[in-house]
Amino acid sequence: MAQAGADKRRSGYQDMGAALQKMQDDDTANPGMLFVQLGQQLWAKPAGGNNKACGDCHSIGDMKGVAARYPAMSKDGDKPIDLEGRIRLCRTANQQAEPLAPESREVLSLAAFVANQSRGLPIAPPADPRLAPFREQGEAIYRRRQGQLNLSCAICHDDNAGKKLAGVTIPQAHPTGYPLYRLEWQVLGSLKRRLRNCLIGIRAEAYPYDAVAYVALEIYLMDRARGMVFESPGVRP
Amino acid sequence: MPGTTKERTTRRTFIAGVALVSVLPFAPARATPEAMAAAIKEVVGDNAIREGRVTLDLPPLIENGNAVPLAVSVESPMTEADHIKAIHVFNEKNPQPHVFDARLSPRNGKAVVATRIKLGDSQKIVAIAETSKGEFFSASADVIVTLAACLEDLT
Amino acid sequence: MTQVLINAPKTAKKGEVIELKALILHVMETGFRPGTSGRIIPRNIIERFTASWNGAEIFRMDFSPAISANPFVSFFAVASESGKISFRWTGDEGFAVEESVAIDVA
Repeated sequence: MAQAGADKRRSGYQDMGAALQKMQDDDTANPGMLFVQLGQQLWAKPAGGNNKACGDCHSIGDMKGVAARYPAMSKDGDKPIDLEGRIRLCRTANQQAEPLAPESREVLSLAAFVANQSRGLPIAPPADPRLAPFREQGEAIYRRRQGQLNLSCAICHDDNAGKKLAGVTIPQAHPTGYPLYRLEWQVLGSLKRRLRNCLIGIRAEAYPYDAVAYVALEIYLMDRARGMVFESPGVRP
Repeated sequence: MPGTTKERTTRRTFIAGVALVSVLPFAPARATPEAMAAAIKEVVGDNAIREGRVTLDLPPLIENGNAVPLAVSVESPMTEADHIKAIHVFNEKNPQPHVFDARLSPRNGKAVVATRIKLGDSQKIVAIAETSKGEFFSASADVIVTLAACLEDLT
Repeated sequence: MTQVLINAPKTAKKGEVIELKALILHVMETGFRPGTSGRIIPRNIIERFTASWNGAEIFRMDFSPAISANPFVSFFAVASESGKISFRWTGDEGFAVEESVAIDVA
């Protein structure tokens, strides 16, 4: 999983010990794969007023590369949307089915199944000029000091990445493995959940769950990780 | 599980008590080296415990105590006459001292078991192998468990 | 029906020692954690995992609350004859799951 020679960027995978790397690499030991399997079943399950399954409109092959180029601009709106948001939107708008709650097992499993189709591909944000202001917004958030601890993301993840914080190596924070199985959560979770953990960690008030700020931040982080290998479902401590 | 019924009654009584006290992150009572020694004695009785034959694999530094990869392997011909019939693993600082008990036979070919365990603190882990001849062998490991720097709010 | 992932070879030579791996989705709630109300979340774990080869038990493992959520187990077995390898998990709240794989032994 190492990046090419002069590229100093490291995935969180490289900051883990050998035992956890092995857990991620083995599809029959990686707990995230349980959710990929569930996602595969949900993909084929008809739902809603149209009684259509995801697989009735999309071929699995269509999904290759999708997670590696998300977030994207929402088709109807003027806002960018992350992968979980896109799945939830499809569920109500196209399947005409009951909405799936954010961070629910169903949404995460579908996202895991879709994201797994991009595993091994380079992260490739789309060249959509409409994303530019959101990427700038994301970068501004990344560099801004926040919370009672008055820390910015950049202070830990740019300036101090590689050093130890409470016995753990500070990662560079590239979203290479999402949705991922975080051992701390004991379940699969989204990047948004991880970002909220960070905000709480620096004693800031987490933004409202549907805030565009999270998507903007993800757009910036994915751009910063451009070209790195997509690993979903990752395993992280 | 040796002593399971007794343990559960005790735990229920204890849990009722904890609810009345201000909240601690872990139930503190059972976690002691003495509890581990008692649990080991329940399995081994008065028999001698010998060193050797058992290898306990744990990462030396554990990034998160919720899922620690652990493997126990025991040297044995695994024949009808001489095989490992059980592997017992214990801990000394979790709320209760057992980790797992595995039953094996010559049908396994190799006495190797791997799983993932929860460790609430840096502590000693002990693995005890029981042979078909009634002998006990053990190995132990001291591990360091680091806690996550940015914890999630449960609310 | 919960999620299970089994890793077993589809074929083996008679007498070959093969590795079997099984992963299952389960919360493995220890019974020691306080919830947001401050009250302890009740224990809900898998208590026993067994594997059988054509109906004969080849492995048994009793779990404690110290086994991680979404438990993973790996162990070995001598390939004796063709047939079915079954994996069974039982535990609190009437939990009972069984999954099988076929194996061809030549």
